[in-house]
Amino acid sequence: MTFGFRPLLVACAIFALGSSALAQDSDAATEKAIEKYRQMLKEDPWSNPGLLDADRGEGLWTSARGPKKVSLEQCDLGKGPGNVEGAFAELPRYFADADRVMDVETRILWCMEKLQGFDRAELIKRPHPGGGQPVKELGAIATYVASKSSGMKYSAKFDQPKEKESVALGEALFVRRSGPFDFACTTCHAAPNTRIRLQGLAHLSNPEGARKVIGEWPAYRVSSTHVMTMQHRLADCFWQMRLPEPELGSDLTVALISYLTSQAKGGDISAPGLKR
Amino acid sequence: MRIIAISVVALALLTASPALAQQKPDPAKVDAAVKASLKTFPAPPEVWQPRLDADETMRACAASDNSPPKAVVDAIAKRERGSIEYPADGQFIGDWKKGEATAQSGYGLRSTDYPATRANGGNCYACHQLSKTEVSYGTIGPSLLGYGKLREFKADEVKIAYEKVYNSHAAFPCSLMPRFGSNKVLTMDQIKDLVALLMSKDSPVNQ
Repeated sequence: MTFGFRPLLVACAIFALGSSALAQDSDAATEKAIEKYRQMLKEDPWSNPGLLDADRGEGLWTSARGPKKVSLEQCDLGKGPGNVEGAFAELPRYFADADRVMDVETRILWCMEKLQGFDRAELIKRPHPGGGQPVKELGAIATYVASKSSGMKYSAKFDQPKEKESVALGEALFVRRSGPFDFACTTCHAAPNTRIRLQGLAHLSNPEGARKVIGEWPAYRVSSTHVMTMQHRLADCFWQMRLPEPELGSDLTVALISYLTSQAKGGDISAPGLKR
Repeated sequence: MRIIAISVVALALLTASPALAQQKPDPAKVDAAVKASLKTFPAPPEVWQPRLDADETMRACAASDNSPPKAVVDAIAKRERGSIEYPADGQFIGDWKKGEATAQSGYGLRSTDYPATRANGGNCYACHQLSKTEVSYGTIGPSLLGYGKLREFKADEVKIAYEKVYNSHAAFPCSLMPRFGSNKVLTMDQIKDLVALLMSKDSPVNQ
């Protein structure tokens, strides 16, 4: 998964360096080669295959589905039933009907269960696609919803008591070390300009670092050839941390997304993004 | 590693986020959220499940952004040193070729790695530069290029290297590195192979 993409990056770096370059002097050149690759991915935004999933998500949002055969157009993402435009920019937020804070995927999950009658347990059993498989329906809907805030800035307020609690819990989880490897989120994401192998790491404990990357999710990930949602991305981190998979929509995932989004407040949303 | 931890704290203070201003949640509540939200390890419950709890060392490290006060640093070093087991024959150096393979491998203990089909890797290259031949290395940990050469291949440095891999917190409390030996991630023989990789004259680390 996470390291599976390495050969392509390595090939990319080696191509740029030429065979005679000395490895110990190559750090800057390697970074440059990777950056060039990223730019190539970004140059033509319409080449982003994630847009197809956003379209698929829109179709799923408006179609009558589930045992109750209704669409999600009565789903309230925080701006009133059916209002999708700009809703993602203000998530996560507290929802009185569920009496909890929810990120976009947790909210869609809730609507699919309560409005359409889908079985929640079934939806969260295998919520994320394997490599090469398209993003699942819930993820496609989340991609659609996020795309309707693209070009806006993160503006979730986090001023309700439960919202503040969720951010604080997320921050505590971000630094908490456990598991066979003693890893925390901070192991990889609390310092500037570090890498795992050749992969640059986001500096998420720093608001500027968070603003740079959080708004790109959900994103089409070239290495796994599918859209990866934020819930999926978190699960990928837990896989890498040698921890068990977090349940989609669980308090831990919502809290971490609340913390990351509060870190990224004011940052641009450009979803779906395009990642390595 | 410690320098990194300190600079991280300094940066965090300089760029204090809104979240930092909020009250820290009750640790019991944080633990409960972890237990309620994560699936169980795909292994018998006694093997890894207890490690979902943060032990005393991990709690102290997390509470201080991996930079605890001196008294805590000393307590961690003492406690973690106590968990190091040494080879009965006093032989710390294994096979550097096997060590290189262990350093390259990221296999093991990820949720899709159960049941294990081969030995766990140390994934050293994920964070450290080790040899000139491997250009794909991470930078979370310090470069270990020329590790043995820089230490003139001294005998006491061999034991120190073993201890650092077995339990990095004995030398660097709140190191970001896994406690490979104490946490039973790598076997004693694997750790000896890694010591060989670091400390052998003919190892790629020292070319």
